Amino acid sequence: MSGWFAYACTFGVLALVQGIACLGLNLQWGQTGLFNVGVAAFMSIGAYTSALVTTAAIDGRLGGLGMPIVVGLVAAMAVAALASAAVGALTLRLRTDYLAIATFGVAVVVDLVARNAVSLTGGTLGISFIPRPFASFADRPVPFAFATFVLVALLAFGAYLVLERLATSPWGRVLRAIREDERAAASLGKSGAWYRLQAFTVGGALMGLAGALEAHAIGFLSPDNFTASVTFQVWAMLVVGGSGNNRGALAGAVLVSALWSLTGLATAAWFPPDEQARAAALRIVAIGVLLTLTILWRPRGLLGERTAVSRHLGGAD
Amino acid sequence: MAVEDVSLAIQPGEIVGLIGPNGAGKSTLFDVLAGERGPSAGEVLLRGQRVDREPAELRLARGLGRTFQIPRPFAALSLVENVMLGARAHPGERLWPNLLAGRRVASAERIALERALGILDFLDLGPLAREPARVLSGGQRKLLELARVLMASPAVVLLDEPAAGVHPALVGTIGQRLATLAADGLAVLIIEHHLGLIRDLCARAVVMAEGRVLCTGTPAEVLADPRVAEAYVGRPAA
Repeated sequence: MSGWFAYACTFGVLALVQGIACLGLNLQWGQTGLFNVGVAAFMSIGAYTSALVTTAAIDGRLGGLGMPIVVGLVAAMAVAALASAAVGALTLRLRTDYLAIATFGVAVVVDLVARNAVSLTGGTLGISFIPRPFASFADRPVPFAFATFVLVALLAFGAYLVLERLATSPWGRVLRAIREDERAAASLGKSGAWYRLQAFTVGGALMGLAGALEAHAIGFLSPDNFTASVTFQVWAMLVVGGSGNNRGALAGAVLVSALWSLTGLATAAWFPPDEQARAAALRIVAIGVLLTLTILWRPRGLLGERTAVSRHLGGAD
Repeated sequence: MAVEDVSLAIQPGEIVGLIGPNGAGKSTLFDVLAGERGPSAGEVLLRGQRVDREPAELRLARGLGRTFQIPRPFAALSLVENVMLGARAHPGERLWPNLLAGRRVASAERIALERALGILDFLDLGPLAREPARVLSGGQRKLLELARVLMASPAVVLLDEPAAGVHPALVGTIGQRLATLAADGLAVLIIEHHLGLIRDLCARAVVMAEGRVLCTGTPAEVLADPRVAEAYVGRPAA
């Protein structure tokens, strides 16, 4: 029984971590129309930043500042935001498919750096002994897993509140206007480039936070944590949950994570050990099927976008 | 070259008609004035300030608003939010005040809402204020664009065919409202094929053909000019 509870908590942690990244993507794509397929890269930047800031010093590797986790999380958001702003300043003049190619290129670059800049990232071996929150009762798995879950849930809820506030603000209204018709928005004095850069940066900061939380929750980090399939999953979460809706982003994260976990249990039960690695590909197929069914039957996702934008106007449904 | 060697000036309170056959360069001239295309030569002055090197999004803050030949409403947003997007220097349109100064944003938003509803009433769109803009007819979309621009209290507006495809009753409304606004000092440059509207509203009309100004005068004068008729129907066969 307690094993299942700890499992559920761990599931919740990983689902909500991706949920935070999904909230960031919702700001970028759902509200602003920025086709970012480098989600994993910004998560990775956050994860490595926090790991380097919080781990103990190791010979031959940079960082190792041994700072508290909260400092690591703030640094992760700041560095991911800076990276997003830099990438954004270079690429946000590009539209949809071209921006997608550019951000995919960024993801490949970040992945290659993570694998090869050994003195910074530990290379393919990654970084171990990343401090975990509530480490003082790590010997009691159930309270430990539950406390970690509560922490991540609070952070995800906080991120949701901030994004919801922004989405229902006059600022969010400008994003919607730019997404719908940039030329008309410019005629009303709104700079598309400037607002896109802001949305891309804030979204990137959240992805950085998500990556850092994942690193601290697991206590270990390697380039394999942030492959292209992570980006795919976060996108699937947003589409399934409902692009343009923050609650949808979180609901999609939980739903897709649940499918991921259940298919993991299923492949473990149904396939012989030597076929497990290959069977894992079926889990991605399952997400692909869910994505396709959503697009076919419920193109706006579980929870669609609302018409009223500003919460100040009242009558928002 | 779509537009060449065009020179015109508009005074506060004046409604100037810009007419001419299709392809004369009227909309291109609008794009240059509105900052969407940079001129290869010449200057655009707004209230004495040179603005032709500035991007389009700075024009409204300088006092120049425009509408489009094919209306560009934000279809998914309500009418009132469409209009509120015309607000200038709204603190809520910056990121941080929404997180740190919620009260200031809320009060600015209340003021903007009141003003937007007033403008919608002025243009007879009040009853539709909370509907998404996609439900509007073509003529109502033109009015909505005008409402959006008026929200910014501009000094000059460029209207690209505000009466094209508009129900005749609505054309009368548009005309009356423009006359009221001009009486309050708004300068209006209006592209229009509806010559009745030009005759009723404008003291002065500018005729363009093939990218140049063909002639200028009162609507009656320019419409009587044989060169204008020739530009519209083509050169008579020799």
